Amino acid sequence: MVLSLPGVHCAACISSIEGDLAKMPGIRDARVNLTLKRVSIAADPQITAETVTQRLDRLGYEAHELDPGTLSMTETDRQGRDLLMRLGVAGFAMMNIMLLSVAVWSGAEAATRDLFHWISGAIAIPTIAFSGQPFFRSAWRSLKARRLGMDVPISLAMILATGISVYETWHSGHHAYFDAAVMLTFFLLAGRYLDYRTRAVARSAAQELAALEVPRATRVCDGVEEVVAISDLSPGDLVRVRPGGRVPVDGEVVEGTSEIDRSLLTGESLPAFAAAGSMLSAGEVNLTGPLLVRVTAAGKDSSLHRMADLVAVAESARTRYTSLADRAAKAYSPLVHVLALGSFLVWMQISGGDVRLAVNIAAAVLIITCPCALGLAVPAVVTAASGRLFRAGLLIKDGTALERLAEVDTVIFDKTGTLTLGAPEPTNLSALARDDMAVAVALAAASSHPLARSLAQAADVTPAAVDNLREVPGYGIEGQWQGQTVRLGRADWVGATPERVTAAYLRIGDAAPRALTFADRLRPGAEEAVAALIAQGMQVHLISGDVTGAVEDLAKRLGIAHWRAGSLPQEKAAAVAAMTAEGRRVLMVGDGLNDTAALAAAHVSISPASALDAARVASDIVLLGRDMGPLGDAVRIAVKSTKRIRENFAISAIYNVVAVPIALLGFATPLWAALAMSLSSITVSLNALRLK
Amino acid sequence: MDVLVFLIPISLFLGGLGLAAFFWSLKSRQYEDPEGDSRRILNSDYDDRPKPD
Repeated sequence: MVLSLPGVHCAACISSIEGDLAKMPGIRDARVNLTLKRVSIAADPQITAETVTQRLDRLGYEAHELDPGTLSMTETDRQGRDLLMRLGVAGFAMMNIMLLSVAVWSGAEAATRDLFHWISGAIAIPTIAFSGQPFFRSAWRSLKARRLGMDVPISLAMILATGISVYETWHSGHHAYFDAAVMLTFFLLAGRYLDYRTRAVARSAAQELAALEVPRATRVCDGVEEVVAISDLSPGDLVRVRPGGRVPVDGEVVEGTSEIDRSLLTGESLPAFAAAGSMLSAGEVNLTGPLLVRVTAAGKDSSLHRMADLVAVAESARTRYTSLADRAAKAYSPLVHVLALGSFLVWMQISGGDVRLAVNIAAAVLIITCPCALGLAVPAVVTAASGRLFRAGLLIKDGTALERLAEVDTVIFDKTGTLTLGAPEPTNLSALARDDMAVAVALAAASSHPLARSLAQAADVTPAAVDNLREVPGYGIEGQWQGQTVRLGRADWVGATPERVTAAYLRIGDAAPRALTFADRLRPGAEEAVAALIAQGMQVHLISGDVTGAVEDLAKRLGIAHWRAGSLPQEKAAAVAAMTAEGRRVLMVGDGLNDTAALAAAHVSISPASALDAARVASDIVLLGRDMGPLGDAVRIAVKSTKRIRENFAISAIYNVVAVPIALLGFATPLWAALAMSLSSITVSLNALRLK
Repeated sequence: MDVLVFLIPISLFLGGLGLAAFFWSLKSRQYEDPEGDSRRILNSDYDDRPKPD
């Protein structure tokens, strides 16, 4: 069993979690992985993820269950270890060859030099053959597809350098480029590995998120309940949906009354009433009473999936963003080939057909221009930036998301579940007399309805002695207090006129009913995030599917000038498209199914971890924790990291401007190549580390 | 210069030893959780004896 723990960050967290879980009966072993922020647990079969999650919650850590089936950890592990091993071999070879090369550079002569070159060759050739494979393979692939990728000049340089060095050594030549070839392999592999790490973390986390909702349903068959996978359900089956559970399928209520939270699908924050005959859609949450639902559509046919398909369409229509690295590679790699070929031809002319000299110079040009620093320029910065964001609780799912985020000038927020937690909190407790409060709390304590739960938590009075407590699912709670009937529940059931905002109604005996109003609780950090974005000069919008009153209140509270209520999913996407057409770069932040099309249409998108699968899949960045505060930081870091990437390109360009003429003129020695390569690679990496 | 006959094989052997150690650490999954491992040394668990397998 694997759980995601977005909140762990220190040694104390590790020991308190592992120590606590070790004390829990039935758990054999628990190990926290701080790098991936998850815990793997070996437990007896009767231990469910839910009990562990609750226990961790009491301990103060947010935890989400992950589906181990979709976590193909072993596969990504194997690839990462493979790259790391090649990197290790290249590093070992580089150090040993460099040791010998330094001797040659400092003046080893004749037989000694030849011996050192031979030993270098004996180390270098197997190393290149082993460690260079990732480059050779991808170069071959791009050649077969008739493209010139970055890996073609890289592979060419490696093979040419090794070949020439063997030839030179054979003829007791002065220069051998074994060290340069191996160093090239090492630095490029380092870049490749960093790149891989960032992507592997993002990919495993994306799978992890896809796995957050483990798709199971309780099927009722001849009065016997069994838990089955949603994919095994077929129309006509009966499914039991417990209070607090998510409706797994589209269906019709056969039995029971309850209230349904549709906020994820529509953005409405008020629960809707459901009784026999009501139609439910997959993704809605059942609040109060158990329901028996006849499946009308499950899995791929359910409305949830149809929405997801819509998103897939929007996704594929999105223009592919060419990253800075792609653009650089496109401009760079033909240039390298032309330069090397040109120098070969020119030197053939000058030297009057001295092939050995011409090939030597062409190889030197290839080695020196080879994009060592270029290969590190982007991965080093992206690794540093995404590492920082990951620690802050943001997960970059897509490699180019950082660059796109840096270009954003407009932010659109969704309301329910994004800026708010989707959990209500009472707003007018002080208006109630203490006795009435005591009754209300006593009634509320008997129910698991979200309004009741938040009321019971928020009020600090001792509950009154109410007898004969009885919950009427879908309506409210009823009881006896000092000989009077007391009720807490829906307006029509209590006999009150409904208010404009979310409210529960309390009636004591024959007195006039009172309204207890609720407002959706603001997500922690939301105020800071909005303020930070406005301070950075962004235009902030709030577009919600909820009613005008609730949206207006929130917009005022957060200082958002542009807001729109009652928006349908298509309208949200259309709003994004309209702003894009105006030339704006839109960042969409949303969580519901109604946001997904807009998320997919936006230039870059962010969703919280509590969002529905479809929304998270459609977004580029996922907010792992509950706190929205890091959002303002994210944009700042993105802008900075894009700046660093450009700087890195400039640095490697400067090295080339200096080194290429030297190589072209035929003055390049292996020492020069080694110096240029290592200096530029190290400067670029250090520059990336400056990212704060 | 005759000393090179010994020194070069020795340096290669020592380097190879390092490489072998690296392979071993890779195979025994010591790079799975670098961040967590660097924090774990602060815990006092298993300070007196190693964790039983």
